[in-house]
Amino acid sequence: MIGSLQAGGLPPFAIFFAGALLLALAPARARPWITLAIPIAGLINMTTLTDGTHYNIALFDVGIILLKADTLSMLFGWLFHIAAILGALFALHDRDLMQQSASTVYAGSALGAVFSGDLISLFIFWELLALSSVFLIWARRTPRAYSAGMRYLIYQVLSGVILMAGALMYLHDTGEVAFTRMQLDSAATFLIFIAFGIKCAFPLLHTWLTDAYPEATPTGTVFLSAFTTKVAVYALARGFPGTEILVYIGALMTCFPIFYAVIENDLRRVLGYSMINQIGFMVCGVGIGTELALNGAVSHAFNDVIFKGLLMMTMGAVLYRTGKINGSDLGGLYKSMPKTTAFCIVGAASISAFPLFSGFVSKSMVMTAALEEGYWVVWIMLLFASAGVFHHAGIKIPFFAFFSHDSGIRVKEAPINMLVAMAAAASLCIFIGAYPWLLYSMLPYSTGYSPFDSTHVLAQLQLLFFSALAFTWLKLTGIYPPELRSTNLDVDWTFRKLAPAFINWCYRASHRLVVPLRNGVARAYAMVADFAHRWHGEHSRLGGVQTVGTTIAIALFVFALLLVWELLSTLNR
Amino acid sequence: MKDEKKHWLDRPGNLQRLLRWFYVICALLFAGDLVIHRHVIHPWENLFGFYGIFGFIACVVLVLAAKEMRKVLMRKEDYYDDR
Repeated sequence: MIGSLQAGGLPPFAIFFAGALLLALAPARARPWITLAIPIAGLINMTTLTDGTHYNIALFDVGIILLKADTLSMLFGWLFHIAAILGALFALHDRDLMQQSASTVYAGSALGAVFSGDLISLFIFWELLALSSVFLIWARRTPRAYSAGMRYLIYQVLSGVILMAGALMYLHDTGEVAFTRMQLDSAATFLIFIAFGIKCAFPLLHTWLTDAYPEATPTGTVFLSAFTTKVAVYALARGFPGTEILVYIGALMTCFPIFYAVIENDLRRVLGYSMINQIGFMVCGVGIGTELALNGAVSHAFNDVIFKGLLMMTMGAVLYRTGKINGSDLGGLYKSMPKTTAFCIVGAASISAFPLFSGFVSKSMVMTAALEEGYWVVWIMLLFASAGVFHHAGIKIPFFAFFSHDSGIRVKEAPINMLVAMAAAASLCIFIGAYPWLLYSMLPYSTGYSPFDSTHVLAQLQLLFFSALAFTWLKLTGIYPPELRSTNLDVDWTFRKLAPAFINWCYRASHRLVVPLRNGVARAYAMVADFAHRWHGEHSRLGGVQTVGTTIAIALFVFALLLVWELLSTLNR
Repeated sequence: MKDEKKHWLDRPGNLQRLLRWFYVICALLFAGDLVIHRHVIHPWENLFGFYGIFGFIACVVLVLAAKEMRKVLMRKEDYYDDR
């Protein structure tokens, strides 16, 4: 059963899964430090990995590859280790074993998925991602979080089941399950594509993200934002580079969420919509499929994990300290949380792609590739989304949380471990933004791209400053919509309200139909019973108490009938 | 609440000063097109100050459209909670 086992280091997931077991046995005081030690041990293991496929196992006739290392998987490998370290640091104050073990298994599953060389083990890690991460939502321990987690789990497991079906059909079609580049030309690859799409939050399949992420714990959302969707981006980059439909799906993803982000009140939900917007740039880059576009897509995934993680951390810190996360309840927090404010501004500048911050060095590659390949409409959409992301994530998040009108909330600055995590993430954002060459050297292709030419820098600065000018103008004139406590309808309305309402309607309609029917039957029954009672009841002619005379008469009548019957049958014979 | 230290943004005039600097930077960036010749791929990029104009209009359109969206999509905060 077992084929070749060549070791060039352990498969990264193994360290995390073993670590999660250790967590369960360790004393409570040691656990936070173990959660931090696991990804650090993983990082050391990463340095020993060599390119190629290792841990090949023949399971029946199917080749399972637990460790396939190349530039693409190594890039995501480094990234997920960094994200796991940042997350563990941010959650170091936490004593909740459920979250500690869930986040460790979750990070391990993400690493298992990006290093798996075949569709079967990819499927297993795909499902483990879902099963482990949902506990980070449930750990909030509110009824809202419970039901949001359920909806999340249904989507994620559905994605897994579709992936499984696709992988088995692919095995049937081609005779192998190696996870390599696929063409979107069969039912099998289409199913695999849809499975990736659900986890990637394609439009109409996206609500699990904006529904569940804001309901998770302050620390849980930091982990959630790092792994699931980026595993999906990795899977698309590995399986479907250059698939043209991704260009349009990606462009759509960059645009529609920003409208929601403008009117959303829950600031972590704003970041959720903004996540879909950023993933849109990556999906678009994968779809364009040129070397520059693919480099842009995966490097943007790398940067997004760090700056979106940073923004989620700052909002997590706000929620942790104030217990509030709605824009309408916050404001003026820069007075009591100045360091968190500064880190939030770094994250905001990075996601908005300010020159010298990390978003700029990766997003500009996708934009340039869209221009070079002649996708004019898509380019305009991406440009619109770039202005929009600055508006809702770059300005709105820091403005309504830390500035705006003073809400009067006075709290302590975030705990020291949170500040260290945020400082580390902010430093990475600035380092990558100012010195992108290290990141560029880790990318799948060498394109010689340089982000800092005067055209790119000037164009981007103009775009951003005039977006800010628009915000200032709208705010000063009072046109800007106020933050309101509200729920905004999204696609999930169809199954949270429309479908239940429809089922209710069916029930009531059938009820309207059934009741008269039942009444009719009852009435008919009553008539029969009445008839029987009249003739056979206690006072009736036939069934009632009889006098001797009538009894004899009836007996004689019956006797006569029998006689006639007998006579007739004799004659007939 | 103790009387806390006066914050920089709370002092009168500072916000105005900040905004004035911001407007100056915007104007300088817009004028940047005079000095720096951007190499262009799409013809629209030739328009003077294209990126600035586009950014401003995009954001105004975004906000106005989102405001209209509210009329259709906005519900009470506990919309999904009452069963």
